[in-house]
Formats: sequence, C-alpha cells, structure tokens
Amino acid sequence: MAHRARAGHVGSSLSCVDILTAAYFGVLSIDPGLPDDPCRDRMILSKGHAAAALYACLAFKGFIPVEHLEWYGRPGKNLPEHPSPNCVPGLEAHSGSLGHGLSLGIGMALAGRIQKCDFRVYVLMSDGECNEGAVWEAAMFAPVHGLDNLLVIIDYNKWQATGRSDEIMALQPLRQKWEAFGWSSREIDGHDMGTLVRTLSNLPDGTGKPLAVIAHTIKGKGVSFMEDDNNWHYRVPNEQEVFLARRELGLE
Amino acid sequence: MRNAFAQEMTALADQDASIVLLTADIGNRLFNPYKDRYPQRFYNCGVAEAHMITMAAGMALCGLKPVAYTIASFNTARCYEQIKLDVCYANLPVVIVGVGAGLAYAANGATHEACEDIAMLRVLPNMTVVCPADAWEVRCAIRESLKRCAPAYIRLGKKNEPLVHEQEPDFRIGKAAILRRGTDVCLLSTGCMAPVALEAADRLREHDIGSEVTSFHTVKPLDEDYLARAFADYDVVVTIEEHSILGGFGGSVAEWMSSRPGLRARLLTLGTGDSFLYEAGDQEFARMHFGLTPEAIAGRILSLYRELRGGDPR
Repeated sequence: MAHRARAGHVGSSLSCVDILTAAYFGVLSIDPGLPDDPCRDRMILSKGHAAAALYACLAFKGFIPVEHLEWYGRPGKNLPEHPSPNCVPGLEAHSGSLGHGLSLGIGMALAGRIQKCDFRVYVLMSDGECNEGAVWEAAMFAPVHGLDNLLVIIDYNKWQATGRSDEIMALQPLRQKWEAFGWSSREIDGHDMGTLVRTLSNLPDGTGKPLAVIAHTIKGKGVSFMEDDNNWHYRVPNEQEVFLARRELGLE
Repeated sequence: MRNAFAQEMTALADQDASIVLLTADIGNRLFNPYKDRYPQRFYNCGVAEAHMITMAAGMALCGLKPVAYTIASFNTARCYEQIKLDVCYANLPVVIVGVGAGLAYAANGATHEACEDIAMLRVLPNMTVVCPADAWEVRCAIRESLKRCAPAYIRLGKKNEPLVHEQEPDFRIGKAAILRRGTDVCLLSTGCMAPVALEAADRLREHDIGSEVTSFHTVKPLDEDYLARAFADYDVVVTIEEHSILGGFGGSVAEWMSSRPGLRARLLTLGTGDSFLYEAGDQEFARMHFGLTPEAIAGRILSLYRELRGGDPR
C-alpha cells in the first residue's frame, strides 16, 4: 500500500497493526453489516498516520472490499493517507493531527452513558502523541467521571518522527503518569496477540476507572530491515524492499 | 445576553434530550437551573477548552447536540484547531458559544478580548457565524443553530445590553433584521453594536440624515440579497462591529463587494484597529479608544457623506 501510494509511515503502521488486529478480530463488538449500530464498540485511531494498518483491518473485517486497499492514497479515492471523516464504513473518527483522539473518545464514552448504551471506547495513540498538551487535559478529565468504558492504548515504540520519544520530551515514567492522573493501568507486550486480546477484553476492569494500556512495541515490527530503524517513519519502500518485506512476512 | 442564553438552554433541554451543555469552568451559578434539571447533560470540562471542543465533537459523533460555552477569547483562539478539524472538518452539530466577545471584558485586558474571533471562525468551511444584537436574538440564535444540526459559532456580549427588539423578532439565520428605516445611509451593525448604531443614527438625524439601521446578526452566510439592495439603494453603507476591521464583518462585506463591480454605495468599515489595547479600562473606555461610540461613528459617517455630496447635506 505504502509503495503504491508513495506514502511513508510504514514503521508506524507495522508498530501498531498487531494492536489493531487484536482489537478488530478478538475484542470489538462490531458488525460490518451494521456499521452505524448505536451500541457498537468504538475504536479510534488517534495516530492517524498509521491509517494503512487501520484500512487493512477494516477491509479484512469486511467493512470495505479488500481490493479497495489498492486505492490507498490514490487521487480521487476514499482512502487518504490520514483518514478523513466518514471516508470508509467502520471508521469512527477522522485523524491526522495528534492529540485529538482521546477527547473524542471521552465524548463518545459519555454519550454512551447519557444514551444508556452499553458500548466500550478504545483509543489507540502513539508515544510521540503524548507530547500534545490536549492529551493531558483529556487524561485529567476522564477519571473524574469514572469512565470505565474507556481504554487508551499507547503504541510505545520509543520513537517519534525525529528521535527517541523519551529524549525529546520527558515521557518516562509513562505508566506512572497515567496512574498519577487517576487511571487504572497495564503494561504489556504490544505484539503478543494473546495478551493484547485478554487485556483489551477486560474492560471495564473492575476498578471504576478508565484504563491506560502501555503496549511496548517495535517500530517496523515484522520486517528485519525496518525494525527499530526510524528512517522508516517517513521512507517509502521501493519495489525490491516490498518484495523482501513480503517474503519475511510470509506473503511471497 | 448570558442570562438569556442560560434560560433558553434550559427551555431547549426540556424539549430535546440530545442537548448537552459543556462549560470550561465559568458561569458560576448561571446554569444552576439547568444543572438541577439535567445533571447528566451538563459537564464542566475544566480550564481545558481544547478538550471541551473535541469532547463535544465526540458526543456529536454519537448523535448528541452539544453546546460548548466559555469566554469568547478562550473558546476560539485557544482551541482553534479543535474547531477546525473536530467540528468543521467532521461537519458535526456542535454549537460553540463565546461570551464576552469583542471588548465586553476589556476591563480584564487584551487576554479577555476577542476582536479576531469572527475572522478566524468564518474562514472555516461548514461554519455558521451568528452575532446576536440583544437578548431576544440570543434566544433565537441558539434555538435556530441547534435546529440546523451543523457547526455554529454564536458570539455573545455579557449582560444587561439594551434591547433593540421590543419582542421576539422574526429571526432567521442568514437573514438581516432591519431595526429602523431611513433613506440616506445604511448602517449595518453586528452583535452588541446594534444599540450604538441606533444612537449614531439619532445623531445623524440631527444633521438631517436618515439612516437605515440593521442587525446583521449572521456574518456567515452573508445575507447577499440584503447587501445587493443596500448597495443599490444607498450612497453609503457602513459596517459596525466590536471586532477588528481586518477580516471580520466589514471584511466579509468587502470580499462580497470585490466580485461585484459598479455598486453604487461606498463602504465604510468601522471596528477595532490593527492594534492591542495595553491600558487598563472598561468596555466604554475601549470603545472610545477605537472610535466605536455613537458620536465617533456618526462623525465618521458625516464626513464621508459630506465628502460624497461635496458639502453639507441637502
């Protein structure tokens, strides 16, 4: 997808595709036949630059035809590099500018309470995204209202666009920050499918608090020459690299 | 205006269970009647305007109709990207209400003034910008904005503004409301400047100049039919706003004019200048500073009118 679209953010997408896969295929109560069901669970991809991973999940889940993935980034088609509002069925929110997803999710979680609809809200953020002040406004708000139907999962790959995420801002200790803000928290391997499904499914977790999951991940996961190499934040893979990556992933 | 807003919100919430009121730590006691009736549909979002606007959008994505209320300066400039993306780009029914817009809170300094909010909000696609002239128009504006189920910005003054309507007017968003008829000049005011414009018209009458005075409450979309008539019928059309003359109501009328050559009327735009106010002083002081008193406004109009007529009128 990235090669065809001449789009970057491959490393960012590979970093969180396991989380999205676990959510879409093992956790979320959603029905591709009823994308507007008011009581469906919501998943917000707040790190919109990983749209390729989200579109792939929506396609294989049955919200859009798998062939449409070829439209990613293609002019005039409905799969932009950052998801636009309602661009595909199953997309819960636009994203692209960081630090918006958590507040959107809180609005949804409160709406569920007001409308007496028992759904859960999941927000996937990046570690670099935690630089945004609006994230912490939202983080301070949710616990006051005991939003235990809300889960934020941080794709903690230790990189942001131009460097290590705990060197550019004082991100550490990340789990304790969320705890200090009044959240329940877990720290897990963000590539372990069993752990992901178990952790995301256990919501509400019984504490009466919103849940923050710090998922340790590897940027570029699954492709040896991309793993933990931040060049792949922006770099577009060439034909040979696509072939090698597909071979490593067992797709060739 | 803010009391009318609070009362109208309670009345509207009675009728529509999807209405939710959000504030950012202001309005102490103002919303008590609302809160007493609908505690589940009121949220104080804290001093966190960016979060408030985006949270409102999240609620709207689930079918609710949130109204986000705080001081205009903080409810626009502080959370502009949230308004742009989460409300306008997503095209959601979020009504943003800015209280104390323009120079209303001038006593608190430039931090609390909002003389650029119209300019900022009207350039956003899908956004409607309404500046009610008095408490009657406030009630109508919030009611009509909620009916439209689309992004809206309502720009309020503070409290005890003079009424310009004796009763509830026939109010339509995008349709200017004529307050007084007159044949010589046309004064278009937006927001709380309407009573000032009426007083300026009184001053002009002393010089035998008859003024039409209009509450041009909707800055976006402009009432183009009204403008076409005004620019054909008058020699002078004046825009009056408690907002910068750059990019606001006057600016938008100037844009409208630019694509329509050969209009009869000359446009005079009155508002705050391209400068901050650094001195202490209340709204009255600030209006004097920027030439937004009835006397100063009438004086500017009088000199333009005389210039165009080549001397004294008639």
